[in-house]
Amino acid sequence: MRKAGKVQPLPEAVASLVEDGSFVALEGFTHLIPFAAGHELLRQGRQDLTLVRLTPDILFDQLIGLGRVERVIFSYGGNPGVGSLHRFRDAIENGWPRPIELREHSHAGLANAYVAGASHLPFGVLRGYAGTDLPKHNDDIAFIDCPFTGQRLSAVRAVNPDVAIIHAQQADRQGNVQLWGLSGVQKEAVLASKRAIVTVEEIVDELVAKPRAIVLPSWVLDAVCHVPNGSWPSYAADFSVRDNSFYEEWDPIARDRDRFKQWMEDNVLNATAPAGSPVPAR
Amino acid sequence: MSELDPKPDEVMTIAAARELVDGEVVLVGVGPPNAAANLARRLGAPNCVLIYESGAIGARPQRLPLSIGDDDLAAAAQDLVSVPEMFNYWIGGGRIDVGFLGASQIDAAGNINTTVIGDYDAPKVRLPGAGGAPEIAASAGRVIVMLRHSPRSFVAEVDFITSVGRELDGSEDGHGSVVITDLGILRPSHDDGQLELVALHPGVELDEVREATGWPLRVREGLETTEPVTERELSELRALRESADEG
Repeated sequence: MRKAGKVQPLPEAVASLVEDGSFVALEGFTHLIPFAAGHELLRQGRQDLTLVRLTPDILFDQLIGLGRVERVIFSYGGNPGVGSLHRFRDAIENGWPRPIELREHSHAGLANAYVAGASHLPFGVLRGYAGTDLPKHNDDIAFIDCPFTGQRLSAVRAVNPDVAIIHAQQADRQGNVQLWGLSGVQKEAVLASKRAIVTVEEIVDELVAKPRAIVLPSWVLDAVCHVPNGSWPSYAADFSVRDNSFYEEWDPIARDRDRFKQWMEDNVLNATAPAGSPVPAR
Repeated sequence: MSELDPKPDEVMTIAAARELVDGEVVLVGVGPPNAAANLARRLGAPNCVLIYESGAIGARPQRLPLSIGDDDLAAAAQDLVSVPEMFNYWIGGGRIDVGFLGASQIDAAGNINTTVIGDYDAPKVRLPGAGGAPEIAASAGRVIVMLRHSPRSFVAEVDFITSVGRELDGSEDGHGSVVITDLGILRPSHDDGQLELVALHPGVELDEVREATGWPLRVREGLETTEPVTERELSELRALRESADEG
């Protein structure tokens, strides 16, 4: 069914669409990670969240480090090319500031869990996981026999979040969204979720079709929010490039609990705009 | 050649780059494999097709990307696909000749751990986890693994099987699965698929490798010495690394 009044400020969207204890997907594979929206969750004090993302990245490090997360569904919890996510590690290794429950997949497994979710099927199917230790630690992974060939295959429980949050390049004034470049699992995350919030770099009068773009029509979305630079230190193709220096700078910030808390106070909790400046597209 | 004085990590990266055969379709993992695959494209394998699990097919990065989803590698790619498509059609569909992976631990059977050191529920060190590796290791025609050689990384039994080692075809032509370290090169034995040392890097003693290996090391008959690093290889690698800093 069509829903009206899509374009709205981000604080209003988060206030009306995300609750304490919500199951939230924040997707974007390296590209278009919805940092600004994740920071709004923090500023509004959302807690006891179940979060899902293939690559937790710095964004989940921040949410976990401030103790807002109860459970994480994920498949790669590193700072790509740099090393560890130290807040994520501290929560798992030392239970600081609180223990988190993990439901751990491979990328193929979690991607197919989203595909199943978007398809409203109870599970996704893939070849994979056989012989690995992942199924021993995740009840959302099981093995099935193909009814046609008898082949042993893996099944993954569908992911159906309460809310999907993503960042995109453009929306029109009706709230239709276009994103392009590496598109990760954003389409699947939006269609698998009960509600969806999209932050965008710019709002235009008319969407002009881009090569390799995904269009999300306004009627599958609940809120579209104008947040320029809303994916920093990730990036939005044609608007910015990935701030690799910040990914490196994050390492020492996140290693130290006090330094981390101070950084979050200064740049997120007591801020209103995205925490850093965009690195302009080349 | 010793006046070049390459660092052990540079020798490892160059040896790994040499493993790629020109024209192969390569799935490039995060970290050290990324440098090696991009180096290969600048040296002996200019026609390799680089695929990143972020969705970039036929990537031609100008700079060394830090992450596997950098803007630069997406910008010049032949195509960009979604992550489900990447894993279901391209990786799971068997389109990858070579999976190029890193590891934190490896055992003699080639099982890889990138998940935890210690017990899963109370780990001593929590590592990033699987990413795309399990399916890449299972579906690629062959696998190149890069990691530093030490008793902590070469263990009798990995703490967690993230990706399964397997006996792989094609090892007889010298282009099968292979493990490249900063000390030498290991390949699966023709008899039982267990890893055995086939080459030492120049200046490395066999005993060093034995001490750095957490299982009784097997050495292939006719143990070779890796060709010394050339000036061109080293200068290309260093230029590539500098390009990452400029990015």
